Amino acid sequence: MSAFLALVRRDLKLSARVGGSGWLGLVFFLMIVTLVPFGLGPDLNLLSRIGPAILWIGAVLATLIGLDRLFQADEEDGSLDLMTASPLPLELVVLAKVIAHWLTTGLPLALAAPLFGLLVALDGVGMAAVSVTLLVGTPALTFIGAVGAALTATIRRGGLILAILVLPLMIPTLIFGVSAANAARGGDIPFGTPLMILAAITLVTAVVGTVGAALALRQGE
Amino acid sequence: MLTKLANPSTFLRWSGALLPWLAGLTVATLGIGLWMAWFVAPADYQQGETIRIMYIHVPAAWLALFLYAMMSASAIGTLVWRHPLADVSQKAAAPIGAAFTLVCLITGALWGKPMWGTYWVWDARLTSVLVLFLVYAGIIALWRTIEDPSRAARAVAILTLVGALNLPIVKFSVDWWNTLHQPASVFRMDGPTIYPTMLYPLLVMALGVTFLALTMHMYAMRTEVYRRRVRTLSILEAERLDERRLAA
Repeated sequence: MSAFLALVRRDLKLSARVGGSGWLGLVFFLMIVTLVPFGLGPDLNLLSRIGPAILWIGAVLATLIGLDRLFQADEEDGSLDLMTASPLPLELVVLAKVIAHWLTTGLPLALAAPLFGLLVALDGVGMAAVSVTLLVGTPALTFIGAVGAALTATIRRGGLILAILVLPLMIPTLIFGVSAANAARGGDIPFGTPLMILAAITLVTAVVGTVGAALALRQGE
Repeated sequence: MLTKLANPSTFLRWSGALLPWLAGLTVATLGIGLWMAWFVAPADYQQGETIRIMYIHVPAAWLALFLYAMMSASAIGTLVWRHPLADVSQKAAAPIGAAFTLVCLITGALWGKPMWGTYWVWDARLTSVLVLFLVYAGIIALWRTIEDPSRAARAVAILTLVGALNLPIVKFSVDWWNTLHQPASVFRMDGPTIYPTMLYPLLVMALGVTFLALTMHMYAMRTEVYRRRVRTLSILEAERLDERRLAA
């Protein structure tokens, strides 16, 4: 357990210091939310209607930031070999790194969503709904991303191929995230139904993501 | 028995003997199927002659899924038994599956224009097939990125299996998201709702297209085995030249 926590702490420190991509995801998120109105026009009614979708697409794309370095940086400097050789199972190593990555990309997005919601004229319920769905759904994005990151760990310039591999797999999370956020703002579907499915997706990807990424890292040697 | 047949050299021998028969069977069933689709099957009372697109469109959709299933089975063979022939089968199936998915999308668009008045709608089934195509594209891209064939095979196998777990979820979520396409009409609990005059040509076409896919798959596997031999031989040749230069 202490090794697990040490690994989480190490990754958090690395992302906060020089060369880390800790806050870049958040800045990128802000960029996307800013760009969309320039493309669509400043119509606040329209922006408010599609606001949850803009924030969710922003979150999906922002998750990709730094994802290609999740295992690659450790692969290059040899620390991944040390982690593989340590008594900690590789699955837990993956889980620790995914948690650290989520704390620096997913969690800030969920917390900042109300603030960015102001830019797209979301009301209070909408902001809360987007925040809650991002909190529940972004771990799934990181877990799916971890499989892709593990597969491309040894590929130079793996960033683009990583995006191509993982984005199709993120579609279900996006669908249920946005439909839960929209359901909270009224409609025939109760908020709970898509939210439960979103939570289920997160739990399933937590298993598939850690086991799959660990398998990919072992096979990549 | 199976392990013996799966030895690459043995595979080249028996597949070489089987291939002409398989190709002949393909030509025969496809010929009969096309003849039935063009001349035996009636035009639909609502859709007219455009119904004949179905005889390509539906088999292509079946094959798109069938080849993904075959790829997943080979992926298990790669990961569990590390069998080189499973790698080869996986690699050979990917472009064929992607091609059938594309055929399904294009014929669907051509059929959609006269029927729905538009080439593309964001309906559940169309969208699922588009996602399937994207997954195929990712798999082919990963094959082309990793140079060492057996490492590439293991990476692709993991991606294929994760995709296989994910595709039903995609299907389910896209169904939730939107539906406009007609519900399934051949495989149903209460029997087919399509007239036998249209069902039989469709089944013959499906059989013919399946034989076509199997023929192409076997041919592609043979090509891949040869390609790997050429790769190994050129590496050996380069090493030999290197040694000779060092000796001189």
